[in-house]
Amino acid sequence: MDRGALRRGVVARGVARRSYLSPQARNNVAGYLFILPWLIKLLFLIAGAMLASLGVSFLETDFLTKFNFVGLRNYTKMFEDPLFWQSLKVTAFYTFGTVPLAIVFALSIALLLNQKVAALGVARTVYYLPSIVSGVAISILWTYLLNPRYGLVNQGLAMLGIEGPKWIYSTTWAVPSFILMGVWAAGGNMLLYLAGLQGIPTALYEAAKIDGANAWHCFWRITIPMLTPTIYFNLIMNIIGSWQVFTQSYIMTSGGPNNATLTMVLFLFRKGFQQFHFGYAAAIAWVVFAIVMVFTLLVIRSSEAWVYYAGELRR
Amino acid sequence: MRSQIQQAIEVQQIDWERVVRQVRQVVGRLLLYAVLVAGGILMAMPFLWMLSASLKPTNLIGVVPIVWIPPKIVWTHYIDPWAVLPFLTFYRNTIVITFANVVCILLTTSMVAFAFARIPFWGRDVHFLILLATMMLPGQVTLIPTYLLWSKLRAVNTFWPLMVPEWLSAAFDVFLFRQFYMTISPELDDSARIDGCGWFGIYSRILLPLCKPALGVLAIMNFSYNWNNFFDPLIYLNDPQRFTIALGLLYFRVRGGAGAETQDIGGLMAMTIVSMIPVLIVFFIAQRRFIQGIVITGIKG
Repeated sequence: MDRGALRRGVVARGVARRSYLSPQARNNVAGYLFILPWLIKLLFLIAGAMLASLGVSFLETDFLTKFNFVGLRNYTKMFEDPLFWQSLKVTAFYTFGTVPLAIVFALSIALLLNQKVAALGVARTVYYLPSIVSGVAISILWTYLLNPRYGLVNQGLAMLGIEGPKWIYSTTWAVPSFILMGVWAAGGNMLLYLAGLQGIPTALYEAAKIDGANAWHCFWRITIPMLTPTIYFNLIMNIIGSWQVFTQSYIMTSGGPNNATLTMVLFLFRKGFQQFHFGYAAAIAWVVFAIVMVFTLLVIRSSEAWVYYAGELRR
Repeated sequence: MRSQIQQAIEVQQIDWERVVRQVRQVVGRLLLYAVLVAGGILMAMPFLWMLSASLKPTNLIGVVPIVWIPPKIVWTHYIDPWAVLPFLTFYRNTIVITFANVVCILLTTSMVAFAFARIPFWGRDVHFLILLATMMLPGQVTLIPTYLLWSKLRAVNTFWPLMVPEWLSAAFDVFLFRQFYMTISPELDDSARIDGCGWFGIYSRILLPLCKPALGVLAIMNFSYNWNNFFDPLIYLNDPQRFTIALGLLYFRVRGGAGAETQDIGGLMAMTIVSMIPVLIVFFIAQRRFIQGIVITGIKG
């Protein structure tokens, strides 16, 4: 306890001030004053902006000359737009590829690093590093790493006697390239798993050993269940992040080749900020939102079946 | 004599089991380290390639097989680009935005989180649920009206759209910070209140000094987020004099908007490395505290 801080507080304030407000009223005033920045953001930049966004999605507008009400036409137009379906396909492919692989990768690294290894700091840094570097730097770097002729990846594969594909220049391999990059940068989650692993009481393993459990049992019956809250949190965050993938396709491929990497947010960006169909772009944003919501709710609804909180009895 | 030999044999028998176990352990360790080192090399290779490319003459970059260590180290890639584009301006802009944001975020987030953790005001739980729910909101949903708002305020091409929303605190940060406050005993507040401390006094004089680890985590997270941010500058900034370093790198890649991709791959790699250095320095200085902070704050549903 920081006694100095305590004493300073006491000396500075002296005796309690008298107030005409009841204690609850004072709490209310103080509470709302303290959360004022968040309230402003919630009212204007979140709730207000969402309502406005819904409104804009019913308009045909470039925000300058025309504001025409078109009802649901932006949405119906979207569902007839092959580019929209392409972007949906690309983004779904990326999400379903990256999310599970990133979780398995980050979890495996965390399990390895949890074996009381020497030079833990160095190892942790090496695996964590890619996740703190900016998306722009990573995208620029990988553009050259994935160069079919002289890039690092294909030269490494050539050493193994494999002729590498054309990666971001091939319609088949462009999205897998992004998945590869996503897994490489998944070390950020590793720290959370490591923290989770270190929070598992050793008594559980000792008790299991006395009962004759081997390492395999311990892993599936103790480690994984105890980690499910962390996995759950990462799963939701990764799903939300993956559906918004943008930087790679904007910088590395401009959505190509032949729209093979046209992600939903890139599609939105083009419609809104390059072609000035802001109404259409807002409608796309709502579809992205709906998709993210559906998947998040699916995970949340399923969580009761597989997420285990220590100290909570199974119903 | 005889009993000694017997003893020795017995000891040896026990030793054999132990040896097998130890060998197994050593082999397991070796395997573990082999996997870790191999994985580490794979993770680090891209960075090494970039470093190598930035230090060799451009004509050696496309050579197969890779020339890892050039015959003569070339530093021009780190010097020339500064004269081609106003990189100093890009850095100044990025530093201004990042610094202002981190300071304001620390202030507002710690206040908002304090209210959610400590003050029993009406509607607190509902507000907290709303806050959690907004964490699942993809930013695009609010993007277009927000852009319209800033353009009506004639603030496109200024730093305000990149700063003000950040200053108003973010749900994820508030959640993290509130979890940290929850680990501090409320008895501290009670004794301070008996001695006449108001809510602001409890926040500023008692809890905040105890929150240095959480403030550290928040500072690092937001430093790297703002330094690396790309989407918002891309949307709001279009005058190269106002570019951040993330935009500047891209601008350099297309040769200052000349269309075709730059041939100066070495320079691009060098400037990319330079752009990463501030984040790396902050990370290395604060690594200990950062990782501790993540462990302490934890992620508990």
